[in-house]
Amino acid sequence: MTAALQLKDVCKSFGPANVIEGVSLEVKRGERHAIIGPNGAGKSTLFNLISGLFPSTSGQILLSGRQICGLKPFEINRLGLSRSFQVSNIFANMSVRENVRCAVLWSLGYGHSFWRNIGNLKEVQRKTAEVLDKVGLSDKADVPAVLLTYADQRTLEIAITIAGGADVILLDEPTAGMSHSETNRAIELIEMASEGKTLLIVEHDMGVVFGLSDRISVLVYGEIIATGTPEEIRGDARVREAYLGDEADFAEVTA
Amino acid sequence: MTDYSVDLVPDLAPSSQYKFATRVLPLLLMALLLLVIPLLEPSRTSLSLLNAVGINIVFALSYNMLLGQAGMLSFGHAVYFGFGGYAAMHAMNWIETASYDGGVWAAFPVFALPLVGFAGGAAAGAVIGWPSCRRAGVPFAMISLGLAELIAAAGLMFVGLFGGEEGITGDRMNGVEAFGLSLGPIGEVYWFIAFWAFAGTALMYAFTRTPLGKLAQAVRDNPERVQFVGYNPNKVRYLVFIAAGGFAGLAGGMSAVNYEIFTPESLSVIPSGLVLLMAYIGGARYFAGPILGAIMLTYMQSNFSDYSEAWLLYLGLLFIGMIMFAPRGLAGLLLSAVSGIQHSLTVKSLLRWGAYCTAGLLVVVGGVTLIELAVRRSNGFGEVFEPFGLHLSPEQVLPWMYGGVLLAAGVGLLTALHKVGEGESK
Repeated sequence: MTAALQLKDVCKSFGPANVIEGVSLEVKRGERHAIIGPNGAGKSTLFNLISGLFPSTSGQILLSGRQICGLKPFEINRLGLSRSFQVSNIFANMSVRENVRCAVLWSLGYGHSFWRNIGNLKEVQRKTAEVLDKVGLSDKADVPAVLLTYADQRTLEIAITIAGGADVILLDEPTAGMSHSETNRAIELIEMASEGKTLLIVEHDMGVVFGLSDRISVLVYGEIIATGTPEEIRGDARVREAYLGDEADFAEVTA
Repeated sequence: MTDYSVDLVPDLAPSSQYKFATRVLPLLLMALLLLVIPLLEPSRTSLSLLNAVGINIVFALSYNMLLGQAGMLSFGHAVYFGFGGYAAMHAMNWIETASYDGGVWAAFPVFALPLVGFAGGAAAGAVIGWPSCRRAGVPFAMISLGLAELIAAAGLMFVGLFGGEEGITGDRMNGVEAFGLSLGPIGEVYWFIAFWAFAGTALMYAFTRTPLGKLAQAVRDNPERVQFVGYNPNKVRYLVFIAAGGFAGLAGGMSAVNYEIFTPESLSVIPSGLVLLMAYIGGARYFAGPILGAIMLTYMQSNFSDYSEAWLLYLGLLFIGMIMFAPRGLAGLLLSAVSGIQHSLTVKSLLRWGAYCTAGLLVVVGGVTLIELAVRRSNGFGEVFEPFGLHLSPEQVLPWMYGGVLLAAGVGLLTALHKVGEGESK
């Protein structure tokens, strides 16, 4: 079986700065894979390379065996890869319902049509309502997105990401800045959203990472130093040293 | 997995009552208004003003497809108005020729010329938009400005196409009569303008309700995210650009039939700037905003120029004032007035509104006095400003002091009101 997502020796440099230095990674179909690493390790850059926001300097990225290097973000999205952003990236002046509706249109084949009344597209209405119901934003459907609370904006961010029905989902720090109870809700949401799909997640909260993922990769200074199950990563000496430089602390947060 | 059948999922769409009140009713009211106007037996002057308003409503709405909907600031929208107008003008002459010599154009009613205008504007949009829609924001605005200058200059060079400085003239009373309208008398032209103004408005409103229209709003809000829901923002912009060009061309076609002349001036940056003012002053964030702006500016253009040489100065001041104090435009002011009346109608708020209006009036009266005195003085003809039977000579000191004192009092009152308002909100 081909991997859902495969990176082969991917490099990215901004001028003289090599941010990603030869990353190889295989995300199996249906697995929940987390990427962890200290600040500035290049986690978000890696997401930007995979989703097509930046072109990679060298290397190959394969989505279900298909080369996606050099494709535009919307082309990659149409092939079934969807991502969220670390900073909420929503359509601020539109209502929650309109936000999600924009995200389902392409997958339902409505393209750039200008001869149909969007209000009469039953399929679109149903899919939109379904996604809102799933993430629990139905009661806020008509609220302008900009007026949502921070946690709700993060939820909407995920709703937009999953609305198109992509098979591979990339979540960039979905729980960043959330309180404890909000984080717990977010974990439930992520578990539900990634059911039957392939998930690649960047996350700082070790509780979330070790509770959620099937496998973990550790990215340090643009290189992956280890990949394995949560157990293996927890016991990996290199990871302990490189990641926090303090074995005791790492054992504590991952316990 | 949960099974989401139709009845399980809550219906989140607004009620049909709400839809009727906000979407269909305004259009019905517009149609009713257009039908009622001729019953009031307007004078020829009012009719020609109304016709100009109708053309500008379509033009301003088409501009707002770019600015308000897709967030594209264009300084050259008159180019598409002009291409549409010229296409219609040429077609009008083909109809005339064909009505003597025969040919396919003999069967084409002059009434339908705005469709030719639409095609001309959309074609121009498709060609010019291809390179320019690859950029957004400031580069797009700069490209549109450069192209507007370029095409206005070309308008004077290619005489066969644009008719040189005198432009192209035509005769609308040829060919097949549609709806029994000869389009000779201005009263019949009114029906022509009313029909197309309504059709244009209704179609452009419908466009906002389509998947492409919604995507345009998404591109305006956040072009980056649009890429990650499967759409190419440049392509969305390009398609909206073509549609906006088409409707601008429709307005151009209306103008060609109404005036029976089209000159290269109508392609230039001056009408491009004016349409921007209409959309902005009316309120680019609302669909109906540009309609209000078109009505107000067309009225000002035709009437204020009779009263004052400085009317362009007033237009500029109005624009600056709106940007600084009412960025949501006339439509925004109207809506906040309505919600103010509905929600917080107290004696105190009425007093506050009254004070604001008085202050505003003082600023306007003082400002106008000073400007009019200045214009007369700089003309050097010894003219006297005589508002309401007053005798204000720019050569005397006292009239200048009146103006200055009124302006200062208005500004002072506004500042005081602002401070009081701030103190209360703390």
